[in-house]
Amino acid sequence: MAVIKVTTENFEKEVLNSDVTVLADFNADWCGPCRMLKPIVEEIAEENPNIKVVSINIDDEDELADEYDVASIPCVVVFKNGVEVERSIGFRPKDAIVELLGE
Amino acid sequence: MYDIVIIGAGPAGLTAAIHARRAEKSVLVLEASSYGGQIINTPVIENYPAAADISGFDFAQSIYNQAVKLGAEIKFEKAIRIENTEYDKSVVTPKGSYKCKAVIIATGSLNRKLGLDNEDNLAGRGVSYCATCDGAFYKNKPVAVVGGGNTALEDALYLADIAQTVYLIHRRDTFRGEEATVSKLKQRDNVKFILNSTVTKLNAEKRLKSIEVTSTDGSTQTIEVNGLFTAIGRIPENQSFADVVSLDKDGYIIADETCKTNAKGIFTAGDNRTKSVRQLVTAASDGAIAATEAIKYIAE
Ligand SMILES: Cc1cc2nc3c(=O)[nH]c(=O)nc-3n(C[C@H](O)[C@H](O)[C@H](O)COP(=O)(O)OP(=O)(O)OC[C@H]3O[C@@H](n4cnc5c(N)ncnc54)[C@H](O)[C@@H]3O)c2cc1C
Repeated sequence: MAVIKVTTENFEKEVLNSDVTVLADFNADWCGPCRMLKPIVEEIAEENPNIKVVSINIDDEDELADEYDVASIPCVVVFKNGVEVERSIGFRPKDAIVELLGE
Repeated sequence: MYDIVIIGAGPAGLTAAIHARRAEKSVLVLEASSYGGQIINTPVIENYPAAADISGFDFAQSIYNQAVKLGAEIKFEKAIRIENTEYDKSVVTPKGSYKCKAVIIATGSLNRKLGLDNEDNLAGRGVSYCATCDGAFYKNKPVAVVGGGNTALEDALYLADIAQTVYLIHRRDTFRGEEATVSKLKQRDNVKFILNSTVTKLNAEKRLKSIEVTSTDGSTQTIEVNGLFTAIGRIPENQSFADVVSLDKDGYIIADETCKTNAKGIFTAGDNRTKSVRQLVTAASDGAIAATEAIKYIAE
């Protein structure tokens, strides 16, 4: 599945009310490690049709970043049933991100 | 069996990979985190010859592509040990063991931490080691910078444009960094100097809320800050290899410009080596030399 762009408007619907596990990638265009992580997050989305992968731009969505205590990016947060279950900060290799999903 | 296993895909390790591949040696590069090393967060590099205005990300991407195109294999695994016997060498990771004829250790350096309780848990939740990376999260909020060198001074100046207040905390009353930057900071109304003092405690509820600062006279004060930016230098991380190569008292691998360690067939390149200038150009230069020496060693 493709990565879905999430904003304050659709966060509740796409993330909190999702039936499946959500991997949320908080990022920004100016952040080097975020750009390195991007292709990995896209691969994970393609390879795991059973989960939902979303991208949140922290410059546009600073309220979401604030609400979820994101103060360093890239920050990947895994939500199950609308609740945060895992989080990793900084660039991580693909295996480490996949492990966060715990599927 | 590889000809050369390189530990670390920073500028030094990837340059070594380029040189080794051009000599048609088989190369495995092991990387614990992201390729490119410490430079990936830097917005612009201005001192690398023939690349006047390149971002750290583009620099990393370009050197990585060059190495991979030449046939270097990269695995995202952390080297935890080197086994060095009379007959062969292996580099061990949590996932496997890679036999080779020569090893190049190019593990670079890490940010030095304050060593406080909770510091690791609060990284990314108020505690930061990179002002240009995380500064944007502290618009109009109070922050503190710890350190007395150029990095700390420049971080404070950068944050003064974004944050509400910047407390600059330094354990002495004079700065190692440039006087010109200190003067610029003194002209900023929102920069407050807290000298002869160290951070002794981090107070948090989920996120950093305040810090305790202790002065050399023994008095303490609590300062409310949302962000704490630590810039107290960098340290090498070579302890995993200390049983096979000699380190100096600060943990750097002892080697001169030939990049040869005390162990035959094990070389070192980049910021983790004993040297006086730690920059991209010297890391790249070490990479070329270490690869050339490793190739010579294999031929012997
Ligand atoms: C903020 C900042 C700005 C800078 N700006 C400039 C500049 O403008 N110009 C300039 O010339 N220099 C600059 N530098 C310095 C420059 O980045 C370094 O000198 C250079 O990156 C050193 O390269 P290296 O390959 O030796 O080490 P590093 O870049 O540190 O790379 C080492 C790599 O090894 C990996 N590694 C470590 N241990 C292991 C292990 N056990 N197993 C596997 N992998 C491992 C690390 O994850 C890392 O990717 C800057 C540094 C910083 C921090």
